[in-house]
Formats: sequence, structure tokens, C-alpha cells
Amino acid sequence: MSIKVEQLTKTYGKQVAVDAISFDIPTGQVVGFLGPNGAGKSTTMKIITGYIPPTSGTGTVCGIDLVQDSIEVRKLVGYLPENNPLYLDMYVKEYLEFIAGISGVKHIKPAVERAIEMTKLTPERHKKVGQLSKGYRQRVGLAQALIHEPKVLILDEPTSGLDPIQVVEIRQVIKDLGKDKTVLLSTHIMQEVEAMCDRVIMISKGKLVADDLVTTLTKDGKSLEDTFRSLANSDNHVEHI
Amino acid sequence: MLSIYKKEVRSFLGSLIAYIVMGVFLILTGLFLWFVDGNSIFDLGVASLQVMFDISPYILIFLVSAITMKSISDEKRLGTLEIITTKPITDLQIILEKYFAALTLVAFTLLLTSFYAYSVYNLALPVGNIDLGSMLGSYLGLFLLAACYASIGLFASSLTDNQIVALIISMVLSFFFFAVLGMLGDLEILDKIGRSLNWFSLEFHYNSISRGVVDTRDLVFFLGFISVFLGGTKLVFESRKWS
Repeated sequence: MSIKVEQLTKTYGKQVAVDAISFDIPTGQVVGFLGPNGAGKSTTMKIITGYIPPTSGTGTVCGIDLVQDSIEVRKLVGYLPENNPLYLDMYVKEYLEFIAGISGVKHIKPAVERAIEMTKLTPERHKKVGQLSKGYRQRVGLAQALIHEPKVLILDEPTSGLDPIQVVEIRQVIKDLGKDKTVLLSTHIMQEVEAMCDRVIMISKGKLVADDLVTTLTKDGKSLEDTFRSLANSDNHVEHI
Repeated sequence: MLSIYKKEVRSFLGSLIAYIVMGVFLILTGLFLWFVDGNSIFDLGVASLQVMFDISPYILIFLVSAITMKSISDEKRLGTLEIITTKPITDLQIILEKYFAALTLVAFTLLLTSFYAYSVYNLALPVGNIDLGSMLGSYLGLFLLAACYASIGLFASSLTDNQIVALIISMVLSFFFFAVLGMLGDLEILDKIGRSLNWFSLEFHYNSISRGVVDTRDLVFFLGFISVFLGGTKLVFESRKWS
């Protein structure tokens, strides 16, 4: 199993952000992580990437414990945080060389070239990050995540805020990556899941509400969107304000 | 290795802050040494940099705080802290590399004043007739003092995502530990407690080293002071994991 979490729980004071979630993702699967805003998607991803520890529960990446061997796990995981934070005053190549350095990459130059090629950044490589369009910035964020050839990619809303053409381009990049990597990506766009993912994990108010293959969820003619709405509503988890 | 150190140094040199800090430090110390009436080398008639060593601790409170203010706060504001803390390096390594980058800039700024030292050396009668031990001791003291300021600055920068707030916290803390602690220590009502307060002030140890006698107790105090603030920075880093 590439990613495996068991009874993962995160509480902030009395508020439960993630409530006893368990799932495992085999190597090479592209999984869509769905849920309404505030459902705990980002928190779960932050736990898997080692940014914050779980309150209780355990998790492993490629068999390595998330909390005990956080540094080892980080070598295997590429992470694109929500909102794609970047240093706007660095050049694209300079930034990627810096990230390669702190990711423990031995041969920095070829790794940067490869990441630039994979994310099709070549025409913009000599520009400053701040001069790039949002679509290209997102590619820099992706390049940053995959520079050390991680086995697992965690992408938090990789297509949010992009225009339709950019969305299609980024989806293609992620699809290509998914061929030889395990990908967990969060989104709330259903078409995106149908376009990119093999499987869906849905959470609502911190609880797991669905975990199935996309083909299973859509087989009796229902759209993913209807399934999502009924699942999210079924436990009265989502209230319309 | 050293990727963060290199990035920080490059970002100092790419921004105006490094040049402003160096320029302001050279100009202010130069003015006090050579031009300000009453205290300048020509008025005193003594070939020594004492005036510079008296005034520099106060100038550096502002300049070192300006160097370190964005070190961590800016990463918080941009959100890039989440990227670098999820890479395979430890929090301590991030902090140390950022600290030594700031220290490099500070050391370089102090080195620029060797131009003044050289002038004084040649002004002395006969040439070279200066208290070299005291001057080298003062330089070491000034460097260690600035290193303490840098550790305070990094700590202040980790507390907030606003550079200006970090700057103010850093200046207040630096001034407190350099001067205010000693002033409190001199209050007569505090008596014995006062004397121990005095011992904790940076000024006490700075003056002690400046005399040209390098006492291990002073060195240990400075290194301990730096460790406490870098340790505090690490605690703030880790606080994201508490709840």
C-alpha cells in the first residue's frame, strides 16, 4: 500500500476536524479526495505530508510511519499545498534548484530540467515566478512537488482558480504523472474526478462517507455530483446557509 | 545542504536591505568617529575606535532587526513555510541556516569598518601605536552582541507574519536585553537582585569583552543567550503541532 491511514483523528480544542478516517491506496492509483469546504481534506493532507501530527490514529506511506519517521516519509512524498504558495521574486529555475536542494536531490541540474520538461514550463523557465500567469504558477507548484521523484503526490486543489483552458492543461499534466505515481488530489469539481481519477474518497464534517471506484459510483447512470450531494446530505452534515 | 543559507544570502543581496544596512552603519559610525563635535577622534586626540564601539550597539539594534525581520515572517505570510517544512529537512536546520545567513551579513557589515581601523592605525603616533588587544576584543564583542540581536530578531520573526511587527518586537527585546536590564540592575532598591540582573544584560558582557580580555564566562553567556532564542524559535515552529 502506498498510503495507508487508520482511525486518523485530528481535533482542534473541542472541534473535530478529522474524525477516525481509515483508507488505503495501492501504488499507482489516482484518487480524488472530495468533500465540502471545511470537511477536513486539507487537514488530512497536512497530516500525511508531516506538516502536523494526528491527534490519534496512525498512518504510513510506503510502509513508513508518518509520525515516527516523518523525514523519511517526506522523501517519498511530493506536496502541493492549497493556494500554491511561491516566492514571487525568485526565477523559475532558481526556485526549482532551491527546492531540489532542500528535497535532498543529488544531481540538481538534471532534476530541474526534468521537472521543467514534465510540467511543460520550458518557455517560461527564465522568468520570475511573479511574472507568470496563474496557470504557469500552478505548473511551478507541481514541478516543485515532483522534483525529487516522489512515489506519492499529494495535491491540494491543484486546479482551483484557473481558467478552463488552464484546467484542462493541468489535468493532462496530472494524468501523465498518475501513470507511474500514486496521486491523492483534493477538489470539489466533479468532472475533474471523472476525468482524472480511478477512485473517490469522500469525506464530510471529518467523517468518511464514501470510498469507491469511480466506475462503481457512476454505474447505474447517476452522476457523481448527485451521489456527492446525497452522501454529503444524508448525515445532515451539510447545511445550506 | 545549505540551500536555505544560499537562498537567504542571495535574497539579502538581491534586496535593498543589505545595502541600506551596510551604508547606514558605515555612515553613522563614520560620522560619530570623524565629524561629530566633541567626541570625534580629532577632538579627543586619541587614536582609538572607542567612540564607534560605544555607539554601535544602539545602531545595530535597529539594523540587525531590519535584517532578520522578514526571515520567517515572510514565509508565513506567503505560505511557503508549509512547503519548506514538508521537505526532508528538520525545523532546526531551517532555523540554523537562516540564522547563519543573517550572521554572515552582519559580519560583513562589521568588516567594512576595518577601513576605519586601518585609518586609526596609521594616524597613531608612531604608526601602529594603538591598543590592538582592546580593539580586537571590541570587534569580537560587537560581533557576539550582533549575533545575540540576530537570534532575538529571528525569534521575533517567527512570532508573526508581519515584518513590521517583527521589527518592533525585535528592537524592543534587543534594547531591553542590552540596556534596560542594566538600568534596572542599577536601581538601588533592588540591591543584590539588581546586581544579578546586571549580569544578565548584554551590555555587561559586551563591556567586559571590549576591554580586550576574552573571558570564557562571557563567551558562554553569549552562546547560551543565542541558544535560548534559537531554541525559542524552534518552539514557535513546533507550536503548529500542538493542539
